[in-house]
Amino acid sequence: MSTAYDPYAPSPATASDTSTGRVFTVTGQDWDTVVQGVGDLGDEGHEDHVVVNMGPQHPSTHGVLRLILELEGETVTEARCGIGYLHTGIEKNMEFRTWVQGVTFCTRMDYLSPFYNEATYCLGVERLLDIEDDIPEKAQVMRVLLMELNRISSHLVAIATGGMEIGALTVMTIGFRERELVLDLFELITGLRMNHAFIRPGGVAQDMPPGALDQIRDFVALMKKRLPEYADLCNANPIFKGRLVDVGYLDLAGCLALGVTGPVLRSTGYAWDLRKTQPYCGYEDYDFEVKTWDTCDSYGRFRIRLDEMWESLKIIEQAADRLAGLEGAPVMVGDKKIAWPSQLAVGTDGMGNSLDHIRHIMGESMEALIHHFKLVTEGFRVPAGQAYVPVESPRGELGAHVVSDGGTRPYRAHFRDPSFTNLQAMSVMSEGGMVADVIVAIASLDPVMGGVDR
Amino acid sequence: MSDDTGDKLPEEFPEVTPGTEPDATDVTPENQLPVSPEALRPEVVGERRGMFGVQGSGDTSGYGGLVKPVVMPGGAGRPYGGWFDEVADALEEALRGGGVEHALEKVVVHRGEITFFVRRQDLASVARMLRDEERLRFELCSGVSGVHYPDDAGRELHAVYHLLSMTHNRRVRLEVTCPDADPHIPSVVATYPTADWHERETYDFFGVVFDGHPALTRIEMPDDWPGHPQRKDYPLGGIPVEYKGATVPPPDTRRSYS
Repeated sequence: MSTAYDPYAPSPATASDTSTGRVFTVTGQDWDTVVQGVGDLGDEGHEDHVVVNMGPQHPSTHGVLRLILELEGETVTEARCGIGYLHTGIEKNMEFRTWVQGVTFCTRMDYLSPFYNEATYCLGVERLLDIEDDIPEKAQVMRVLLMELNRISSHLVAIATGGMEIGALTVMTIGFRERELVLDLFELITGLRMNHAFIRPGGVAQDMPPGALDQIRDFVALMKKRLPEYADLCNANPIFKGRLVDVGYLDLAGCLALGVTGPVLRSTGYAWDLRKTQPYCGYEDYDFEVKTWDTCDSYGRFRIRLDEMWESLKIIEQAADRLAGLEGAPVMVGDKKIAWPSQLAVGTDGMGNSLDHIRHIMGESMEALIHHFKLVTEGFRVPAGQAYVPVESPRGELGAHVVSDGGTRPYRAHFRDPSFTNLQAMSVMSEGGMVADVIVAIASLDPVMGGVDR
Repeated sequence: MSDDTGDKLPEEFPEVTPGTEPDATDVTPENQLPVSPEALRPEVVGERRGMFGVQGSGDTSGYGGLVKPVVMPGGAGRPYGGWFDEVADALEEALRGGGVEHALEKVVVHRGEITFFVRRQDLASVARMLRDEERLRFELCSGVSGVHYPDDAGRELHAVYHLLSMTHNRRVRLEVTCPDADPHIPSVVATYPTADWHERETYDFFGVVFDGHPALTRIEMPDDWPGHPQRKDYPLGGIPVEYKGATVPPPDTRRSYS
């Protein structure tokens, strides 16, 4: 056939006239039609700007984020976000589950930093239970260890996807290569690579498995060799700097007005880190520095993330040393009316209640069975009140506003997610710049849509 | 009221019974109640019936008739302890200076956190004072969280603000209430631009209208969504799930402990 149908041939963008102007549906390789169409409109006395709807689901918008950009040529004159495409009603669902089950839900919010979601929720519940001082030391150290490992994996994704979006694919491949190592550690310690539900009100779900500390030390040693690769590849790379330096500018006043925290705030030179200023989980006992940069731009945020991974490695080493001296120590609060009745164990059919515990409740003690049943099905009651204990997540201040009415389920759990708050800065960071810089600015905010929409 | 007393009508000069007019000793601090007894009372926001959740089923436990009030922590009197008093002093002074000395309904101190209940008409000015006053300096608003107490008549909807002072390294909570019938709360976006999306979210989920917000539209739910999903009278939804021949009802209709 002479006129064979070529599915890969570019087709002109379809245009339709609506009440708000002409609308083009762009599918790729068909920008000529749009440019031509806009040029035609210009002759009719229309403004020479075009509104571009980027996403949802654009390769460089960090998930299901929709950007509405008003362009004049290639300059962005107005930028707005459309969010809500990943809203799953987690907060509402948590009101229908017990306090312990709530962990399983909130870990899925910001899926790149699950331990922080769990930690801030559990710290809030523990404050309401008034058991903040009773949490065993080992549980606190394990929380710190997991959170800092998580900070590394999250920053790696931030750097990797940020690199991918400006075309630096090697940054992406090596970033995900190292992240995989962290996820392997998570799998070893918690049984799951993501969505762990490991930090529980009162402590953590399980003790460290045998051999974990050695693997953590191996990982730290390996990371100390691998992290300089990122610095060698990017820090002085003229293309990388050309794309990032002075892009996405936001100064201290802007950060405070917009409530922006985390690396973006620290890129203005202000060393605000909740781990130092309002320590939780015993962070005051660790030796580390708060890294800052003073350029207020995307490049500074990249360097801060790189530096923070080094600091996290320092904390992980200290935590591992402390865990070595805490072998056999409890990881759950001593109050049996709050603590999950059994420690979990890995059996032939996967992870579940330990066989010793099953033997105890099924064969030895009727009271233990009743206790187990009550605590697992009904859960514990949390005294009425409200608490807000924020933590420093990789993206900034993450806090759970936990409200109890004295019942067995959260009356309300609201998460103040840093991605949600920081994304508001997208407009001020990218208006007046080029379209390509919008991508860099958003990557430097590192929003995770699971956390934005919850 | 005009300063010129010549305009006053006779009835505007109240008749005072001799001996009952307030004199200097009545307004001295030691003769003032530290806080109104009303504010110290624990807040009853609802009641809990029975012990085993779902109503209307054949509850043979004997606990079905149990009725317990749901009581939130009540107001606190001075001293609040620690730096709470410094903040409260500075705030009260600023409120007096701003002519809104009655803006605080009560102060709750619970689990090491301080909550100022603010009259809703004064929220905007209180927020501005908290941010700008040198001894307060709450520069960062960590957002707005709504809470719905359907049984707390006249105060069904609460908006909760967490404020952070980086200068003094302190956190306070503001709580504002409004009735379901008149769900209006003044916006604090003029003071804290970060509240923009948070107020939109609270409007989206609770139906609280923030007066003065630049563009109060839904943010998480679709624009044409009916209702406000986080309210307690909005059902969770869900469908029964069949598992190995048995049917598991959706979570909100499942028998559960209250």
